[in-house]
This record gives sequence, C-alpha cells and structure tokens, in this order.
Amino acid sequence: MISEKNVEMNGAVSRAIENASRRSFLQGLFSAGALVLCVRIAPRGLWAATAAGTPIEGSAFHPGVYLGIQPDGTVFIVAHRTEMGNGVRTSLPRILADELDADWGRVKVVQGDGDERYGSQDTDGSHSVREFFDAMRDAGATARLMLVRAAAQQWGVPESQCVADPVHVVSDKLSARKLGYGELAPLAAKLPVPGKDEIKLKSPSEWRYIGKPAPGYDVSDVCAGKALFGMDVRVDGMLYAAVAHPPVLGGKVKSVDDAATLKVIGVKQTIPIGPFTPPHAFQPLGGVAVIADNTFAAFKGRKQLKIEWDNGANASYNSTDYKKELQETARQPGKVVHNVGDADAEFAKGGGKIIEAEYFAPHLAHASMEPPVAVADVREDRVTVWSPTQNPMGVREEVAKALGLKKEDVTCHVTFLGGGFGRKSKPDYAVEAAVLSKKTGKPVKVVWSREDDIQFDYYHSVAAMHMKALVDDKGMPKAWLQRSVFPPIGSTFDKTAVYGSAGEMSLGFDVSPFDLANFRSENGPATAHVRIGWLRSVANIYHAFAVQSFANELAYAANRDPYDYLLALIGPGQVVEGGAPKEMAAKYPYDTRRLRHVAELAAEKANWGKKKSGKGSGMGMAVHRSFLTYVASVVEVEVDDAGVVTIPNVYTVVDAGIVANPEMVRQQFEGAAVFGTSIARTGEITATNGVVNQSNFNTYPVARMNDAPRHVDVHIVESMAAPAGVGEPGVPPIAPAICNAVFAATGKRVRELPLARNGFV
Amino acid sequence: MIQLKVNGMQQTFDGDPEMPLLWYVRDILGMTGTKFGCGMSLCGACTVLENGKAVRSCSRPMSKLQGAEITTIEGISVHGPHRVQKAWQEVNVPQCGYCQPGQIMQAVSLLSATPRPGDDDIDAGMAGNICRCGTYQRIRAAILEAAKETA
Repeated sequence: MISEKNVEMNGAVSRAIENASRRSFLQGLFSAGALVLCVRIAPRGLWAATAAGTPIEGSAFHPGVYLGIQPDGTVFIVAHRTEMGNGVRTSLPRILADELDADWGRVKVVQGDGDERYGSQDTDGSHSVREFFDAMRDAGATARLMLVRAAAQQWGVPESQCVADPVHVVSDKLSARKLGYGELAPLAAKLPVPGKDEIKLKSPSEWRYIGKPAPGYDVSDVCAGKALFGMDVRVDGMLYAAVAHPPVLGGKVKSVDDAATLKVIGVKQTIPIGPFTPPHAFQPLGGVAVIADNTFAAFKGRKQLKIEWDNGANASYNSTDYKKELQETARQPGKVVHNVGDADAEFAKGGGKIIEAEYFAPHLAHASMEPPVAVADVREDRVTVWSPTQNPMGVREEVAKALGLKKEDVTCHVTFLGGGFGRKSKPDYAVEAAVLSKKTGKPVKVVWSREDDIQFDYYHSVAAMHMKALVDDKGMPKAWLQRSVFPPIGSTFDKTAVYGSAGEMSLGFDVSPFDLANFRSENGPATAHVRIGWLRSVANIYHAFAVQSFANELAYAANRDPYDYLLALIGPGQVVEGGAPKEMAAKYPYDTRRLRHVAELAAEKANWGKKKSGKGSGMGMAVHRSFLTYVASVVEVEVDDAGVVTIPNVYTVVDAGIVANPEMVRQQFEGAAVFGTSIARTGEITATNGVVNQSNFNTYPVARMNDAPRHVDVHIVESMAAPAGVGEPGVPPIAPAICNAVFAATGKRVRELPLARNGFV
Repeated sequence: MIQLKVNGMQQTFDGDPEMPLLWYVRDILGMTGTKFGCGMSLCGACTVLENGKAVRSCSRPMSKLQGAEITTIEGISVHGPHRVQKAWQEVNVPQCGYCQPGQIMQAVSLLSATPRPGDDDIDAGMAGNICRCGTYQRIRAAILEAAKETA
C-alpha cells in the first residue's frame, strides 16, 4: 500500500519517492517496523537505449531504488542492477549511504530479482551511476530527514535542533542525546515522505563516500570462492544439459543418431530444440540437447551425437570474401549521417593534397570467463530462472514467450556474472534451460562450453572504414569524409536491417571531435550472416580505430608530432553540435575542451616526446569520447626483431565528471586497457562456409599476464560535471593507441586489426 | 573405485573414470568455488592443488587420482583467509571475480615453489590463468604483497 507519494517533474526526468514500509514487495527481507523507501524514476534516457539497440518502453513510472532500515540498524540497499565486475553493487549503494549518513559497515547490499517495478535493469551502456546518481542521493537524503523528524518527534524538540551526526545516529544538538537509526526506524516508517523541496542534499565537501575510494563490497566472498555465479547454481533434482547447436546460423537438424550418446554413463535422454523463426533475436539457436546427471556426461554425450545438418543460406558466408564486399561498399557513397559545410566542394576545388586510408576491424567474441549458463525450473504455469544476466527483464519476457506464459509467471534470480561485456544481455541460453525444463519436468541447468561460447556468440560487428581528407600546405584538413560499413545490431531484431542505427553511428562516428569546417560522415549497407550484438563499448571500437589511426597518419603526412597535431585537430575546443538528442546534449554537451584537457594530461603523465621513438620502441596516443566520458590513452610499446610486441606502460586520463568511487573507476580503466590489448593483438573471429573458425582460447587468444600491459596508470580528472560512464569508455582508445605506437616504433602502419594479421605477435 | 582426499576429507568415486576432477568437485561434491572456463587447460579458472601443486582440474581425469590429495579454494581458508586471499583483498584485485579462485590457487602454488618471485617468475607462473576483466597488474601486486608476508 502506498501511503505517501511525492512527485517531482524536472524536464525529461520524473521522480517520486514512496514510503513502502507497509507494502508486500520485498517481503521477507524486512522485519516489522523497518523503514522502507522506494524511489521511482522515469525510464532511462533515449540515447543509451538507442545505442544498445533495445526498444524504448513507454512512459510509466518505475521505482528504481529500494532502501530499508531495520530496527536493528542494518541498512538494506537493493542492487537492482547486475554485478559483473563493473562495481555497481559497491558504487551505487555508497552514493545512497553517503546522503543517509549511514555507517558503510552496517549496509547490506541485496540483489534484486528481475522485476518491472525496478524499471529497466539492463546493465549496459555504462549508465548505472549516471542514471541513478541523483535518485540514490534523493533516497538517502529523504530517509535521513525522516529519521531526523522521527527523533525530533520522539524528543519533542524542533527538527532544526536534530542532526544526523556523525553516522547512523541522530543527535540532539542541545542535550547531546542520541538515537540510533535502528531505534528511529519504526517511528520514521509512519511519517509521510518529505517533499523534494524539504530535503537538503549534502554539498560535495560534506561527502564521506562519494568520490572516495572503496574496495568492492563482495571482495572477500569472491576470494573465498563463495560468490554465487550462474555456473554455481544448484537446485534439488536438477539435470544438466549441453546443446549441439547448428554450426551455421539458421541451420536445422536433418537427422540425429543418438545411440552412442545414450550409452554414455550419466546420460538420460536427448531432446531436439526446434529452429528459431527469423529474426533470431533472443531465441535459442535450436539443435539437439543432451540431458544428463552431470555436466561432464552431457558434454561427453554431445560429442557422441551423429547429426546431419541442413546448413541453410548462411553456409555461403566466408569472411574473406565478405571483407572484400564491405571494403568495396565503403568505397561507394553511403547514407549521409552528419554533415558540416561542403566536403565534396572542397575535394573538387583541390588546392591541397588528398589523403585516403581504409581500415578494417574483424568480428570479436565476448569470451567472458564464465560461459553462458542458466538454470530453469518450470512448474505448472510458474517458472523460476537463475541466470547470470545483464537483462533480467529480457529473461522473463523471452522465457514467457517461448513457453506461452506471461512474464509475470517467470521469476528471474540474478546471480553474479563471471563477466558480461554485453553477451549476457541476450537471454537465449536461459530460454534453452526453460524449454528443456519444461520437456523433462525437472529443473535443468544448461551449460555452454567455451566452444559454444565462441562459436555461437552474438558477435561484435566486423567493419570497414574509408577515410579521406584534403589537407592544406601545413597538413591541416580543409575537408574530411569518413564512411563506415558494418552489419548492424539491428539485424538481430530485423532481418532486413543493413544500415547502422543512429545509436551505433553516435558511437564515435556521426560527429567529429575535430574542428573541421567541412565534414561528412556516412554509413553504407551490410548484411549480417552471424548473430550481431553489442560488446563492451560497441561500435566505438572500430570507429575510434579508424578516426584515431587516420589522425595519426595525417600527422606523419604533415611531418608533425602526432600529439601536437592531435591538439591542432581538436583546436581550442568547442561544443560539438548535432550528435546527441537535445535533452542529452543539454546535460552532457560534447565539449572538446575536456577532450583536449585529457590529451594534455595524458601527454604529461607519459612524458610524451621525452623518450626516444623508433628502433623498436614508440609511443602512441588516441583520444575518444564515449558514454559521455572523455578519455586519452598513451601506450608505450616495444617491438623486437621477431615482431613480438610488449606493452610496458599505458597512461590513461579520464574525465567522467563526478566519480562515485575512484577505486572502481581505476579498475575499469585498468581492465579496459587489457581488453583493448586483446582486441589489438589477437582479437579476430572469421568464418568458412558459415562456420566460425575459432572455438577456444587457443584459436581465439586473449591477453594473458605476460602480454598484457605491464603497468596501467589511470588518472581521474577532478570534475563536478554530471557523472558519466566508466565501464566501457576505456576500451576504444587502446587499439588505435597501440597501433599508433607500433607505427612510431617500426614505421609499419596497421590498418587492419588485429596486429597478428600484420606480422606481429 | 577411486579413493582420494579432497580438502582433507576422504572420498570415494565410482562413476565414469574419464570424468575430470573439475566436474567431480563441482557437480558431485557440490563445491563450486572451482570454476569452469575452457575445458582444455587453456585458462586456469579450474586450478586446484594436487599434492600441493597447481593443476588444471578440467583436464585431470578421476582415473589418474587414486590416492591424490586435492585442495580447492574452499580448502585453503578453513582457519580464516589464506595470506594470498588476504593480499587479494588488500589490493582489491577482483572485478567480476570468476577467475580469481583459480588465480589464487595458482599463486599459492607459485609462492610455495618460489617464495620471493620476481616479475619474470610471476609472468611465467601466472601466464596460464586468463582474466578477461584484466586484473593482471593487481594480481602481480597481490602476489608481491603475499610474498612479503612469508619473507
């Protein structure tokens, strides 16, 4: 029952706080007398949703944050977003705890199930802190005021005489009496929720947790092997399943011989899973499932299956030919995405040198350390799913759809994720578990092997970029054209989709960070032959690779230091028009002064220009703004005679506005340097006759300790600008910075990723 | 019938002798701290100690483990966190954390063979353990931290 409601409308964002102390939601978590508040906010910004390729929900109110204060003083904060190494179970609750003046040691973080009352729980697009920063603060400050009022009432003194001081208690300023939050909770629970104009947020100088480094909330459980990942879920009577998927997307089973499979110790039965109806979206791929009483038996039984496949139309897909197709398309005029001035007129006029370059970046697999896995227990009209998922609502919807139920009939418990990187936004594997549980009448755990993971991923898209500039006698561009061609994420949801969405183009390509009088960006069509999905920083990866490599090429063509030239391209700095939707641009203007600033700081930290370049050692820089955050990275490489590249140092400078927890931010950017190194060195998915050629870490190598950057230095710019993303923006600059450094070291230009394709190891 | 000790407890196994130790500890014994990552000894997520030395449990069939003494992540902290776990917490190593039990077991093995490892020892000792979140520099720092405690 909602006892009180307070609605605040502020432009695109609407917010309401409810006293939910007497509601049944989250029953069992709180005891009688607990103060429970929920904060509702409107669905998240259009921009992030479009970038992720997900449809935007209506305008209904969604509660986003829950907090409860128990009579014993324990503060529960519900993490309604997914923990996958992003630190969200630490950073968000600490924002709330700060405004509440709670003792962090008495805060318990509880993982929320998939529930529409939390609003969108999609943990992607680097938006958890930026979207919930204000809501978390409001919730904490509101609860604090209610506790203060409860104390004032209890003591019969004016509210102004009571303060929350220092933590977890309210004090009477005159008498020095104190009451703990727990003692005050039952009384506070009966109070109306104060209005937004009544609460007073702390000033930044009063923050005790926001902006202060803190370790991960779950670190001790993780180190003890106690954290429950999706892979670790065990349910009574559970069976294990491995699925033989069609080797080619859209393939079907022609015939199956499972005689040998059924002889494997522990194998119970085999079950066919029908093919999907295009578009594939989040549907299972189909195939044959082997059901067993342990994972090994399921895997072993699967190997014994003799399946004849009808591979279908995508069997014609060969990545070598496809590359040529994309490159050819990139040489032709495309759809205009953004235009400034008249680049064609300048090109026609001439009066300078034309410089052109083509870049290519292959498909990538996510390869999170925990492969896709899910447990489903389908009972009569009631389904429970345990899943490592970035998208619990998607799990509920897709499972419901597959079983002919309503999403209200599906509960999704969100476990820890052993990495997500965007793969676990797609719930196909959870649907497999549900379908098999229904057919067996038992709880079923579907376990994907590493081979399944790499061969049947929703791949990061392959892309060809064509770049062209007309430069004056000083080497500065008078006109600039950039064109990218890639099978879009939209193809996963619409089989006719061939052009990048506005969201994808906004990821580092529609507008330019450079001060260009004549600029045009274009996009050409490409048909997908594998499942395409978003991967950590998405289209920024190939877009930043092309733009930042080309800028570096122009610097050398102009015979200038690449860093000086980059600053000259950015110019003094300006607000870039035309990229984001208006309401986003108002809160987060694209201000290239901030980009220039991170570049300058990165050069300073790295001692740019003070170390010798060439003869096997060199530095490379790249700058990029993504997820509203400005990043510059300088990478140092050493390349030996055999072409072995080592990376002693990476210097990354980040301007992400207000930072909730600098420790988590540092971790994200340290990790992004390694993730970007994998992309640059070895990341490549190819296909022959529609079958993906890579299958495990031997054929799809990722950076290991001995070939990752030895040291990553992360500097966070102090800023009071609105908080921006941190999970993804560290990735895009790394690959171009590495390739630029390799050029400085060897004189060899890498226009096609990965380095392994260019004679480097 | 295979007899072995897991974390000091005597166990007997009479299932498929080809079953890797990984799935035995996870699915049969229900100890899920040891993780599955690749099934081919390529990533180290499944690392446990066999007679005190790190092995990839995904590639150790039960048939080879008669009389073996196995220690998993659950077995190193019966009396409070192991010094390597403490160092991991101090340095705040984990991001997603999935590979960390394997990393920790590998580090325990490394430090028992090489109590004062240099950077090259750490590279050589840890190169078989993949962390996709990219926590390598903190892993290195934590190993050096743990090594201080033994010195």
